Amino acid sequence: MIQLFRMAFRDLGRNRRRTFFSILALAMGLALLITMASFINGEMDNAMDTTIRLQSGHFQIRAQNYDERKTSLKWEDLIENPTQVAEQISTLEPVIAASPRLFASGIVASRNQSAGVQIVGIDPASKTNDPYREGLVSGEFLTADDREGILIGRPLAEKMGLGVGDQINLTANTSNGDVSEQLFTIRGIYSTETRVFDTAIVFLPLQKAQAMTRTENHASTIFVLLKDKDQTDAVIKALQSSSYKILTWTKMNEIIIQTENLANSYMSLFYLIVLVVTATVIINTLIMAVFERTREIGILSAIGMKGRRIMAMFLAESSILAVGGILLGLVLGLLVVAYLERNGFYVGNMAVGGGGFLIRDTVYAKFSLEDTIYVSIMAFVVTLLAGLYPAVLAARMEPVEALRAEK
Amino acid sequence: MEVTKIENVTRTFMIGKVETEALRGVSLSIESGEFTALVGPSGSGKTTLLQLIGCLDQPTSGHVYINGKDVSRLNRNQRADMRRGTIGFIFQFFALIPTLSAYENIEMPLLLNHQSASERRERIQQLLEAVDLTNRAHHRPDQLSGGEQQRVAIARALATKPSLILADEPTANLDTTNGQQVMEIMTRLNQETGVTFIFATHDPRVVKYARRVVTLRDGLVAENSHAMPVQ
Repeated sequence: MIQLFRMAFRDLGRNRRRTFFSILALAMGLALLITMASFINGEMDNAMDTTIRLQSGHFQIRAQNYDERKTSLKWEDLIENPTQVAEQISTLEPVIAASPRLFASGIVASRNQSAGVQIVGIDPASKTNDPYREGLVSGEFLTADDREGILIGRPLAEKMGLGVGDQINLTANTSNGDVSEQLFTIRGIYSTETRVFDTAIVFLPLQKAQAMTRTENHASTIFVLLKDKDQTDAVIKALQSSSYKILTWTKMNEIIIQTENLANSYMSLFYLIVLVVTATVIINTLIMAVFERTREIGILSAIGMKGRRIMAMFLAESSILAVGGILLGLVLGLLVVAYLERNGFYVGNMAVGGGGFLIRDTVYAKFSLEDTIYVSIMAFVVTLLAGLYPAVLAARMEPVEALRAEK
Repeated sequence: MEVTKIENVTRTFMIGKVETEALRGVSLSIESGEFTALVGPSGSGKTTLLQLIGCLDQPTSGHVYINGKDVSRLNRNQRADMRRGTIGFIFQFFALIPTLSAYENIEMPLLLNHQSASERRERIQQLLEAVDLTNRAHHRPDQLSGGEQQRVAIARALATKPSLILADEPTANLDTTNGQQVMEIMTRLNQETGVTFIFATHDPRVVKYARRVVTLRDGLVAENSHAMPVQ
C-alpha cells in the first residue's frame, strides 16, 4: 500500500507541470465553490438580517384584517392605542423594544420633481429605530413633537438634489380617502446602505403622521425586536390574542427562506458542473499518463502484477491529485473568503429588493464549515470517479500489446 | 524434468483484416537447467513463442505446459499468478520502471509475492552482488548505463527464484563488451542456481553461449540441436 502510493507519487512527479496544472484546476474549481458558497451564505444572512432590522422586526402585531399590500388607513384596519400595546409588550423579558409604526403612501415633490414614497410614522425615541438614527449622514434625527420635520434617505436626496434644511411638499392619503398635503423641512438624511429601502422610505414622527393621515391614536403595526430571534415562538405564545394578528419574521420573510432553499439547490447543481469540468482535466491527465506508460504497464504485468493492482496504482494517483487539489483549493478558497469577509463585495447597483427582500449594498461573505466540508468531499469523490476510467483502461491492457508499445 | 513443454502450438494474429500465422504448429520441450537459444530471422516467431511460454499470451491452438501444468487456457489473473514466482522476464529494451531505483525495481516482484521486508532486503542484497551492482543500488535507471540496467533487469527476473527465465534479445541494445558481460552473468547464474534460461537472439556472439539452439523459421521449428558451448 505504501509502495503503491510511493510509486503513484513519483509517477506524478515525472511530469510536474502537468500534475501541477491538474491540481491547480481542481484547486481553482474548489476555491470557486467555497467562495460561492460563503458568498451566498453571507448574502442570505445579510438579507435576513437586514430585512429583520429594517423592515420586518422579529414579529409584528397588526389588526386582524390589516392587508399589508394596501397600506390601508381605515380605522378598523389599524391598531387602537398602539403606544399602550407596545408598552405592554416591552415589559416582556426577551423583548428589546416594541414600537408602533404607521404606514401610508405618499408623494414627495420639490420644484419640478416628485417621487412616490412610503411614509413611515415612527416613535423617534424607540430603540427599534436605531438603524435609521445610526445611519444618519447629515442633519438631525426626528423628535416626537416635531411638526414640520421629515427624514429622507440619501439616494432619494441625491436623486432630487435635496439637502438638510430644504423644504419638500409631501402629499399623503388619509383614513377617509382624502389627500392631505403639507410642506416639510428636511431635518436629516439617513442611509441604511440598502438602496431599495433608502430610496422609498421617508420618516415622520408618529404623531405627525397620524395627524396628517387622520389616524389619531392608531398605528398600522407594532414592530417588535427581540434579543434573540429563536425566542420568537415563546414570546408570541405568551401574547396570544384574538383581537390581533401576529406575524413572525419567518412568516414575513418566507421569500428569503424560499430564495435560500432555491439558491442551495441551484448551488448543488453548480457544484456538480464545476467539479465535472475539473474532473475532465483529471481524466485527461491520467489518460495521458496511461498511454505514456503503456510499456511500463506491460512490464509490471509481465512480472505478475494483476489488473486490480494496476488499477489501484492509477487510483492512488488520482487520490493524490484529489488531496493535493483539495488542500490547495482550501487554501485559495479560504484566502478569498477571508478577504470577502473583511472587505465585502459591492453589489449596490445590482441589489434588487423585490417582494420585501432587502440586501445591503455590500455583501460580506460568511464562511460555512458545513459547505466547505461538503464541497471538499464532493471534489474528492468526483476526482476518484474521474480516475476510474483511466485506471480501468490501464488494468485492461493486454500485456503483449502493452509491451509492444513504443515507449 | 521438463520446465516447459509446447505441444503443436499455433498462434494467429489479425493484422488489420489479414490473418497472419506467427506460429504454425510448434512442439518443443525444455528441461530444467537448460541454457537454450531461440534463433531465427525476425518474423520467425521467436518473440511469440517466448510470450506463449511466458503466459503473456495464449495459443490459438495447441498446449503450453509449465512445470507440468497446462497454462494454455488460463484467464488473465491466473496467468498473472503463474508469471509471478515461476517465470522471470528480460526484455530487449531495458525494461525497468523509471521512477524506481535499481533496488526498488528488484524489490517489485518480491512485493508482489508478499515477502517480508527482511526477506526482501536479504534477497536484493544477494542479487545485487550476483550482478555486481551493490554500489549502484540506489540509482534510478536514467543514472545507469545500458549494461547496468540490463543487469538490474536480470536481478529482477531472478528475484522470486523462478524456475524459468525468458530473455527476448537481451543484448540487442548493448555494445559488445556489455553484451558479453550480460551473457556471462546469465551463464554463471544458470550454472550456479540451475535456473532454466531460454533466450531469443540472432546475434552469433550470443548464440555461442547457448548449450542448445532451437532455430525457428516461418513459424516452425527448423532445427533443434544440442550444441555445446564454445568456451
